[in-house]
Formats: sequence, structure tokens, C-alpha cells
Amino acid sequence: MRVDWVEIVTKCGHNRASRKMSPAMNTLLFEDFKLGHLGRFGPRHVTAEEIREFAAEFDPQPMHLDEAAASRSLLKGLAGSGWHLCSIVMRMMFDGFIGRTASLGSPGVNELRWLAPFRPGDEIMLEVEVLEARLSRSRPATGIVMFKMVASNAAGQPLCEMTSPIIVQRRDAAAVEGG
Amino acid sequence: MHFFEDLKVGQRRELGSFTFTADAIKAFAARFDPQRFHLSEEEGRKSLFGGLAASGWHVGSACMKLLVADGQRQASEAAARGEKVAIWGPSPGFRELRWIRPVLAGDTISFASEIESLRESSSRPEWGILEARNSGTNQRGEPVYSMLAIAFVPRRNKSA
Repeated sequence: MRVDWVEIVTKCGHNRASRKMSPAMNTLLFEDFKLGHLGRFGPRHVTAEEIREFAAEFDPQPMHLDEAAASRSLLKGLAGSGWHLCSIVMRMMFDGFIGRTASLGSPGVNELRWLAPFRPGDEIMLEVEVLEARLSRSRPATGIVMFKMVASNAAGQPLCEMTSPIIVQRRDAAAVEGG
Repeated sequence: MHFFEDLKVGQRRELGSFTFTADAIKAFAARFDPQRFHLSEEEGRKSLFGGLAASGWHVGSACMKLLVADGQRQASEAAARGEKVAIWGPSPGFRELRWIRPVLAGDTISFASEIESLRESSSRPEWGILEARNSGTNQRGEPVYSMLAIAFVPRRNKSA
């Protein structure tokens, strides 16, 4: 039977009995990631201050820093750095599921598209889908889960989409290592 | 910044270096990527990374910082020579991003950017499309980061 994210949350987050068990019982492992829709996370509110703060540190181009310069730019108004949006997506993934996943990290990003600027006041929503889940050949105690993430604003306009794999511990990892 | 016509496949720019201190790694991670191996030396040592490791998004953002600084340097040099400065368009994205090795606390990463392909935009004749391999190498000469960035570059004779 397919166990989706909502059921996992219900079982782990709101069940007092489960909290008394080992923390491992709350952890999402490779076997928990089934192909298809994983969840919808957010909203994440964006402020002008954080857009300017991130840009000042990592991407100090006028359209990310200054309202007047931004209104003259191709982005037609203050817009956040694409790397800021990536970083916000990462945090939304962490809060949504990676923070509860036995994640060993990610080797990279296959493809990322910035589709529209993100703006002060945006309420970002993130849709996450599992495209593929396979066992790792080099690390038998782990599997590789390929995710597709789409971040959108409140109007439903997609802002960015990416596909990226994450290395996740297998449930029977101990047995594999023992063998 | 250069116009499309000024660019050639194989042109490479050394962008400079960025040192990832433990404090900076933890501060970035606390905001955007609070996985345990990005927040604590102890947890980092127990992880696949073998030490306190920077978030991959921190590494990508640091590369962007150096790319922007390099672009601004080139723009001011062009302006000083009295040349028209090209204003590049927003990037539509990237492909093939690889975090090849962990970036650990204290590492200094040197970044570079090399043009891999150039083509004219069929739908928007005032723009050319550039693909550049942006890469990072640590202080031991080991590659740690690579990605294929895509950018719209204005064409000299087509821009207003």
C-alpha cells in the first residue's frame, strides 16, 4: 500500500505514543519515498529586507538591491537573487521533509530553471515530487531519491523548478552493513 | 561586461577565491540548510563529509558572489576605456551542478568560469545564449564544484 507524506506526518507528528519511541521511528528512510507526489509545503513569506540582505552578501546586482534601479531593469522591480530563491527552497525542503529524513547529503542538481522573478511580499509554496528512487551501487546501505521541486507564488505562477537527487539511508541498512 | 560578439568558446576567467569559515558555514546553514552536518563539527565528522561542511547552496552562492564582482570589474574597466558596457540579461538557470567534494571549515575555494558554448537566440535576435562551466577548486587543487550556467548576453549591433 502506498504511504504518502500526509499519512507519515499523521503517524509521526500527532501521535503522542510514537514520541516515546526511539527517534528513529520518526525518521524518513529510503523506503518511505514512493514515486509521485510527496507534498506541498509553505507558504514562506518573503520580505524586501531579506532580499536586499542576501543580495548584499552574495549577488550585489542593482535589481536585487535598489528599487529605482530594479524598476529600470529587465526584471521591472525589486526581485530576489536566484541563489536566494534556491536557498529558500532548500529551507522549505528542510522544514517540509529533509529535516526528518535520514539524508546523507546531495551530489548535485541535474537541472534548475529560474522561471519568473520572486518579489517582496511573495508567499512561496513548494510542490515536491519523487521522480525516481533506486538503490546505490557504491553504498549499499543507501538509496538515491530523485526529487522534482517547483516553487510558485500565491498567484500560482511557477518561479523556479529543479531536479536534484538526495542520498538517503535504507531501513535495512544495519543488516546490509552486517552482511 | 562583454557583448556576445566579443566572447569565444574556451575563454576562461579566474574569479578569485572565497574562504569558508566555520562561523560563516554555520550562519548560512542556520538560515537556509540546517542539516546537522552543516551546523556542528561533531556531526560533520560523523557524516559522509568527514567534517563541518558548507551547504552546497552556500558554495553556489559564493561562486555567484565572485562572478558578480568579476562582471562589475570588467564593466568598470570597459567604462574606463570609454567603451559601451553590455548589460547581461537574467539567467534562465543551470544544469549539471555537481558538489564533487565537501567544502569543509577553513577551506579556500578558487572559482573560475569558462565558456563552453555560444549560440544566437532564434526567438530573440537581440540576445545570444552563453553556456559557461563554473567551477571551484580547493587549496589542495581538488575540484569541489562544477556547474553549467546559462546566460543571455546582448548582441552588439542588435541592442538599442
